[in-house]
Amino acid sequence: MLGKGIIQGMVETARNFAGSYVSGDRLVTVQYPEERLAQIEAARNFPFLVYDGEDWQQGLRCVACQICEKECPPKCIYIIKDVTKKPDHTGKLQFQPKVFDIDISVCMSCQICVEVCPFDAIKMDVEYELSTADRFGQLLLRKSDLARPNAYYHRIHPTEATAVDAHLATERAKAAAKSKPDSKPAA
Amino acid sequence: METLEQIRDRLAAAFPQARLEIVPNGSPAAQDSLWMDSAQALAIARWLRDDPALRFDYASNVTGVDWLDTTVKESTKSVQVIDGVERLIEKKTERLIPGFLEVVYHLYSMELKHGPLILRMRTGNRSGEVSVPSLTPVWRSAEFQEREVFDLFGIVFEGHPDLRRILMWDGFEDFPMRRDYVEPDDYEFEPTPHDEVLEKAQRHHPEVSS
Amino acid sequence: MNSPQTAAFVSGYEVRAKSGANGEFGGELLEIAMGPHHPSTHGVFRMDVVLDGERVVKLKPVFGYLHRNHEKIAEDATYLASIPYTDRLDYFCSLTNNWAYCLAVEKLAGLQVPERAEYIRVITAELTRLQNHACLGGFLLQDMGASGTPLMYAFREREKILDLFESLTGARMMCNYMRFGGCRCDLPDGWLEQTRQVLAGFPRFLDEFERLLNENEILMSRTQGVGVLSSDLAVNAGVTGPMLRASGVNYDLRKVDKYGIYDRFSFRIPLGDHGDVYDRYMMRILEMRESFNILSQALRDIPEGPIVDPKAKIRGFRPKAGEAYGRIEAPKGELGFYLISDGSPNPYRYRVRAPSFINLTILEDMCLGHHVADVVIILGSFDIVLGEVDR
Repeated sequence: MLGKGIIQGMVETARNFAGSYVSGDRLVTVQYPEERLAQIEAARNFPFLVYDGEDWQQGLRCVACQICEKECPPKCIYIIKDVTKKPDHTGKLQFQPKVFDIDISVCMSCQICVEVCPFDAIKMDVEYELSTADRFGQLLLRKSDLARPNAYYHRIHPTEATAVDAHLATERAKAAAKSKPDSKPAA
Repeated sequence: METLEQIRDRLAAAFPQARLEIVPNGSPAAQDSLWMDSAQALAIARWLRDDPALRFDYASNVTGVDWLDTTVKESTKSVQVIDGVERLIEKKTERLIPGFLEVVYHLYSMELKHGPLILRMRTGNRSGEVSVPSLTPVWRSAEFQEREVFDLFGIVFEGHPDLRRILMWDGFEDFPMRRDYVEPDDYEFEPTPHDEVLEKAQRHHPEVSS
Repeated sequence: MNSPQTAAFVSGYEVRAKSGANGEFGGELLEIAMGPHHPSTHGVFRMDVVLDGERVVKLKPVFGYLHRNHEKIAEDATYLASIPYTDRLDYFCSLTNNWAYCLAVEKLAGLQVPERAEYIRVITAELTRLQNHACLGGFLLQDMGASGTPLMYAFREREKILDLFESLTGARMMCNYMRFGGCRCDLPDGWLEQTRQVLAGFPRFLDEFERLLNENEILMSRTQGVGVLSSDLAVNAGVTGPMLRASGVNYDLRKVDKYGIYDRFSFRIPLGDHGDVYDRYMMRILEMRESFNILSQALRDIPEGPIVDPKAKIRGFRPKAGEAYGRIEAPKGELGFYLISDGSPNPYRYRVRAPSFINLTILEDMCLGHHVADVVIILGSFDIVLGEVDR
């Protein structure tokens, strides 16, 4: 019968329409911004710099090795090494960045910087409600805008942050074990 | 599928004048390729497509490669007798290998489900003699890809039915995929934090200081 | 199968208006630029069409509006830094793009992918295929005038799959997930369970989608016998993917190359009979059913184990000098990467064999003699993505 296929399709549309009142499977729209979806833990947006402790300048894990700057595909990271050094979490003296800028108008959120970082210093943020009126100034994030405490990292990526902390703790233990036999003959 | 050597031997029997050479590939992929003379390329391509044991009816990938001029430093050591004393003489020579452009075809057979056979053709040099015969009459799939190679590498395909620029706009002059391509300096100022970028911006906008 | 005559090229022909002698039209030819801003062209794509009345007598595709010289960028970057750029080729199917590139690099460097990673790759690639084909169905119907409904149903399913991608890779579309010799990270807890749940609802969606459309008389009369592509021309023009199989050529790289671990799964290759738009639409529906089968088997069999080859290095990756061509069956056709290494951290030559680009070769042949309105759906049945055409 001509028109059978069309009627069959109409029935399907009607079923979906009625079904959207009862089944969450059929009605998937979320009324943003009143309603929000739960944050997905693995989500990534733009990078930030992790620091330990209270003072962000003292606790910054970044040692200005510039690997991320070299590996960044769109070249949105800009680092200048400071001449002075500061101790890192194991107590070893390391360089620190004097300037650490990320141009997030260029950044493509690929996470390569996180992967290549040997010091677990740069991680991905999940903040997505970013808007500014100034395209040039405010989309260029300086070191102070990028620094976030480790606690923040724990809050947004709990599983990953715990693993990173465990890894850093073993490194500290190794460093402590190494320095002990060295210190004895000195003492 | 026959090995590349067998294919080469059969081709050499069918086309005695053609120059055929196997180009070895050092990577673990071990996909060696066959370099053919461009004079008889069209006939060879047709033969490869129609031979009942090969039936390469599908040209999957066509691309260009730019090989720049390279200088190879060679040293030859020889023992010579000078004034009754044997001496090891080392001769250093520099040899210039002229650059050329290369077209690479990856052929497969959909009918017999084998492949790849990798064909290469080379141009005489990088500036004047840049033409090779087009294989579009044999494999239609080469049509757009040869146009792309012409567009980006500047290889001229003789016998191509519609050789125009395809990705760049008409009127564009350079060939952007060549290794020695220099970007035009038509820079738009955007204050990104790179030295390079800021330098460029300074050149174009002396009034901007950063 | 493929006689030399079929390779004859249709170009350079003279275009002349039909004279009034055969009774229909004696007017002038009309030249129209369809696009680049035209809703049916799926992006910035232009067709210069010459019309005789409503009939197409000449058609030249024009593109390059989105050209960013991906290949040049990749030759200036390290091997690793190109992976996020491959996401942006066919932005619907970033995971299959990743896979094709990683496969080529693995061939080049001789890396072995651990078993668990192979399973993850199959699962993510088939999920990609599901969402791509579902959306293609929606877009094609949108082009035909079925505004919204089929597309929204397809997007609803795609949404669930994108959620899975996000919880695995961190991004919904630009996944950047696969690495040379494996994958970037292991599956998060409960991901497999979540995937099984999403998949459990998928057959119902497919049934509904088919009931909604397959027997629809308008759809059938618009698509059947339109844009017929003969198998000889399809093979000669290097058409791949569902388009080729709709013309009845049995060539699927998952069966031919058996890359990854596709030889472990039992699935069939749907083949079309007529090679028209309707067959190409049905091909996608049937392939989704087969992808569902592959997924159920992969989710059942996935083993525990490492996810990356220990020989693979993230920093300082330099393959030996040589070259490799790796290809996979992406949702749109054969996606190949051709790499030449000179032993440095950057590839010497990096080439993408993009399926949508090469499929467009025969657009003109398929449109000649059809109405303008049919051009839109013929193009819709190609399944092109301009990010990949222009690169």
